[in-house]
Amino acid sequence: MNVSLVLIIVMGALFAAGVFAMLERSLTRVLIGFLLLGNAANLFLLIVMGKPGLAPFFGVASDPEDMSDPLPQALTLTAIVITFAVSAFLLALIYRSWQLGQADTVEDDEADIAVRERGAVDEDTMDDESTAEDDEATTDFVGTETAPITVLHHRDVDALRDDAPIDMPGDRPTGRSPDTGRGDDA
Amino acid sequence: MLVLLGAFAVLPLALPWLVGRIGPRGFYVAALVPIAAFVHAAVMGPGILAGETPFETFAWIPALGIDLSLRMDTLGWVMALIVTGVGALVMIYCRWYFDGKKDGVGLFCAVLLAFAGAMYGLVLSDDLIVLVMLWEITSVLSYLLIGFYHRRGASRRAALQALMVTTLGGLVMFVGAVMLTVIYGTSSLSTILATGLTLPADQTATLNAAIVLMLVGALSKSAIFPFHFWLPGAMAAPTPVSAYLHAAAMVKAGIYLIARLAPAFALAEPWRPIVISLGIFTMLLGGVQALREADLKRILAFGTVSQLGMLTAVLGYGTRDAALAGLALLLGHALFKSALFLVVGIIDRQLSTRDITELSGVGRQAPTLAVVSIIAVCSMAGVIPTIGFVAKESVLTALLGDASNSGWAWVGLIGIVLGSALTAAYGLRFIWGAFWTKKDSVGAARPVTEWPDPPVGFLASPVLLSALTLAAGLSAPLLDTALAGYADTVPGEHHVHLALWHGIEPALLMSLGSIAVGIAVFWLVQRTGWHRRTLPFTANDAYNAVLRGIARLSVWTTTLTQRGSLPVYVGTIFVVFVAAEGTALLATPDWQVQLEGWQTPMQLVVAPIMILAGLVAVRARKRYTGVVLVSVTGMGMVLLFATSGAPDLALTQILVETVTLVAFALVLRRIPSRMGEHNASVLPVARAVLAIAVGATMSLVAIVATGARIAEPISDRFPQLAYEVGHGMNVVNVALVDLRGWDTMGELSVLILAATGVASLVFVTHRADVLSSSTPALPTGVTRYLRPLIETEAGPRPRAAAPGSTRQTWLLGGQRVRPENRSIMLEVIVRILFHTIIVCSIYLLFAGHNLPGGGFAGGLVAGMALVMRYVAGGRYELGAAAPTDAGRLLGAGMTLAVACAVLPLLFGEAPLTSFFFEADVPVLGHIEFVTSTLFDIGVYLVVIGLVLDVLRSLGAEVDRQLQESRDRGVSVS
Repeated sequence: MNVSLVLIIVMGALFAAGVFAMLERSLTRVLIGFLLLGNAANLFLLIVMGKPGLAPFFGVASDPEDMSDPLPQALTLTAIVITFAVSAFLLALIYRSWQLGQADTVEDDEADIAVRERGAVDEDTMDDESTAEDDEATTDFVGTETAPITVLHHRDVDALRDDAPIDMPGDRPTGRSPDTGRGDDA
Repeated sequence: MLVLLGAFAVLPLALPWLVGRIGPRGFYVAALVPIAAFVHAAVMGPGILAGETPFETFAWIPALGIDLSLRMDTLGWVMALIVTGVGALVMIYCRWYFDGKKDGVGLFCAVLLAFAGAMYGLVLSDDLIVLVMLWEITSVLSYLLIGFYHRRGASRRAALQALMVTTLGGLVMFVGAVMLTVIYGTSSLSTILATGLTLPADQTATLNAAIVLMLVGALSKSAIFPFHFWLPGAMAAPTPVSAYLHAAAMVKAGIYLIARLAPAFALAEPWRPIVISLGIFTMLLGGVQALREADLKRILAFGTVSQLGMLTAVLGYGTRDAALAGLALLLGHALFKSALFLVVGIIDRQLSTRDITELSGVGRQAPTLAVVSIIAVCSMAGVIPTIGFVAKESVLTALLGDASNSGWAWVGLIGIVLGSALTAAYGLRFIWGAFWTKKDSVGAARPVTEWPDPPVGFLASPVLLSALTLAAGLSAPLLDTALAGYADTVPGEHHVHLALWHGIEPALLMSLGSIAVGIAVFWLVQRTGWHRRTLPFTANDAYNAVLRGIARLSVWTTTLTQRGSLPVYVGTIFVVFVAAEGTALLATPDWQVQLEGWQTPMQLVVAPIMILAGLVAVRARKRYTGVVLVSVTGMGMVLLFATSGAPDLALTQILVETVTLVAFALVLRRIPSRMGEHNASVLPVARAVLAIAVGATMSLVAIVATGARIAEPISDRFPQLAYEVGHGMNVVNVALVDLRGWDTMGELSVLILAATGVASLVFVTHRADVLSSSTPALPTGVTRYLRPLIETEAGPRPRAAAPGSTRQTWLLGGQRVRPENRSIMLEVIVRILFHTIIVCSIYLLFAGHNLPGGGFAGGLVAGMALVMRYVAGGRYELGAAAPTDAGRLLGAGMTLAVACAVLPLLFGEAPLTSFFFEADVPVLGHIEFVTSTLFDIGVYLVVIGLVLDVLRSLGAEVDRQLQESRDRGVSVS
């Protein structure tokens, strides 16, 4: 398939220009680069179309060779409209970015910078959690109100009224509060 | 067995509800399933002793050869009895332990039962892959059980640690299991074990690797060094969980696997060194640690670690006698250790502490508990007449019997004697710590801790377990027959019988000696108050250090790859592109280059203009300059399309260029014209190099790709297809709406997304249809009298109604544009042209099937008409011109397109199939209609919607915001 050197040069130049602009921080330049890249890509499709011929309408040529290849044309048509849609979106981005920050430049992501600069202090804060005080608890019942269960329990037999204070949650016969249940020798 | 497994899986689903209704008594209901399983296993007992092996199977994933098969041989039977029996007792115990508690008990109960089911399946499964799955299920469920007190940091950390360690082991084991399955060509455990080591020599290395991987899983699950640290941490679980998971069930899974594999693989090269050395080391390590602890539960935890080490070494030893002794030991351990844990649970429940320095004189008040504990500890230390004694005797005898054959026997023997001494010592420490009356530093007795008597039901489980410990010891000969079924699967001589009394023999002396040493050690520890650490760090620290290391590594990787800078990301993409494509290009040097200088004269004319415009555009200092120059390249494209036989493309491109320029102008009026002043371009040289590399690569790709074409292009048949299938002459248009309709469908989605994105970025919070509602309503009768409208104070009115004014209304919204911005010329032109353009666009839409045009071009032309109305009459005019929300247009268009795709399905055709109708209508003549035209109408509507959305957002809404800030008196740049 014969292709045109001139078109390839134009395409290469547009790609180069587009990439150069896309690597900028200014969103407007990114948009300019995007449009150039879009045109270059469409040109690429035009190049792979091969030798230009008659417009692809049924019946204009008996031999398909005399006709331009319709498939890249269909692809290009799609690409043109999508390029418009995306550049409209980029324009909206530019407007919004200007509205919020009076600038259309993309700055480095703050969260990423924060991760990079995460210092020893943060790590210490993370470690603090792992040496929490309840590590050394010597009971399952830290901070929970659980009375000892005794032989006769009004909860066992409904008819039984057990008024002894030891059955009331929170009122411990040993006089313990939940806090003294913690080990202090370890 | 499968039915029981099903019950284990289903009942937990109902338990949270049930426990919510009837409180902790729901544990009784939960206990029914393990009781049923226990009874079932017990009934099977005689048959199994007679040599039967019940086997049930269900083809689960036949394609992979994975079956849900359960096989109850002696080992599985013993394990099933332990798992279900202890499980049932623990659940009955839970009813009291959680008495009066509400939060999460239902869920706990369900998870506990599900866990029991997973264990039940694990010990019976004959399919290696299913076994690994159940293994992982027990890991996950144990995470939930250990983390029951999820409000406590310690509990959460312990649960996570247990999960990490056991799943890491499980993952390694999974690799091993897959390797075994591949080596043996089956996942049936019994077949694999029957084949054993009788494999071709070239597979030995793979087999050894697989065995080591399996062992890693088993050792991590059973808390053998270097994985031992998670078990003491897991004591943050409620005590019943410790009694079940950490004495009878989960940690036994690893032991079970070792016992299961030992008959076949014990003689494999890496087996004994790993199993025996790590087992013995763990036994000693755990014993020493247990002497240091003051928390009753942690004493037991390290004791368990120690005993698991012993079990690993004995069951992994791999002789017939060791296997028999080991299985007895396993049974004994399950009984006495769960009894001890349950006792600790009762003490904790009643007194809210387990600290031995706080307890004093409990034994005299709670004699039952004390007796239960003493029996259990006797079994642990190996005192006659408990099962622990029987088992330890036979362990020592078995190892002595093999001492002449293997050096490992000596290692095991010495280690176990030393370990038993430690066991006796920490056993005493447990009894002393829990029940004795302590003295303080000056020697006076400490005040006795007051003990509220617990109900009988609470005591039942530990009493029963401890009684079984005694009973099993007394019925040792019976046990010998029962367990022999497993022991006989292991090759080796037959010396040992389980019996209570063998006479005075070396093993007995060693056993007595170790107990005596143990007592001495206990006394020494009590005297010196020794609890120093030998090493400055614990295994837990090592675990934390590894975790911290991983976290650091991930942060480091993140900072390396996530720079947060758009140019870096975009640049990375281009660098990868150049590198990958460049490599591919250079790797295929035989390029077929078919170049010619130019094809049409127009290419020569356009080329320098496009190149120049492109290069200057990127260096432009002003936004307008750049934008206009980009448009120049776009117009160049139009010329190229037009001269290359692509009229549709030329038409669409020129329309798009125009609309893009308008959209640009709409945005650029709000921001300064100069750009890049604050943020000067960085690294221009590097960017230029990358840009040129990309351009060069693309050029090469174009040359090579076009030269490499060898096949006939598919599109050669397009014209024929377009006419016969699509009933259209315009091949490109038929390709879009019919032949390659899916592409267009995808494109429509992109358009809708972009349009919605534009609207959301500008409207931000809402998208109210304020435009059309703010258009003044025309008085009725206007259309009836057809009088020209004139501008009045109240808005456009028919001429007769207000004779005072003479200025004619050309556009409905014109009057609301600020006078200095109005152009009467523009208004008149728009008034005259608008309808013509709309008719034009509809013509393009319908003609597109046979002539240049189509939905895209038509839609863009209609969009242009809207642009004209907006430019001439402002936002109110736009509201009058398109009295609908852009979203509705987009939605209607997409609905139409989707309907075209879906409706043919109802007629049994492929999606997007088009139908053709023709008829002779009297006045209009011959009419042809293809349903793909409907699809094109969808495209048309979506494109209009897109343009309208851009106008409404970037045009009208920006106007409104400008007006608003102006009204607030803020100066606007």
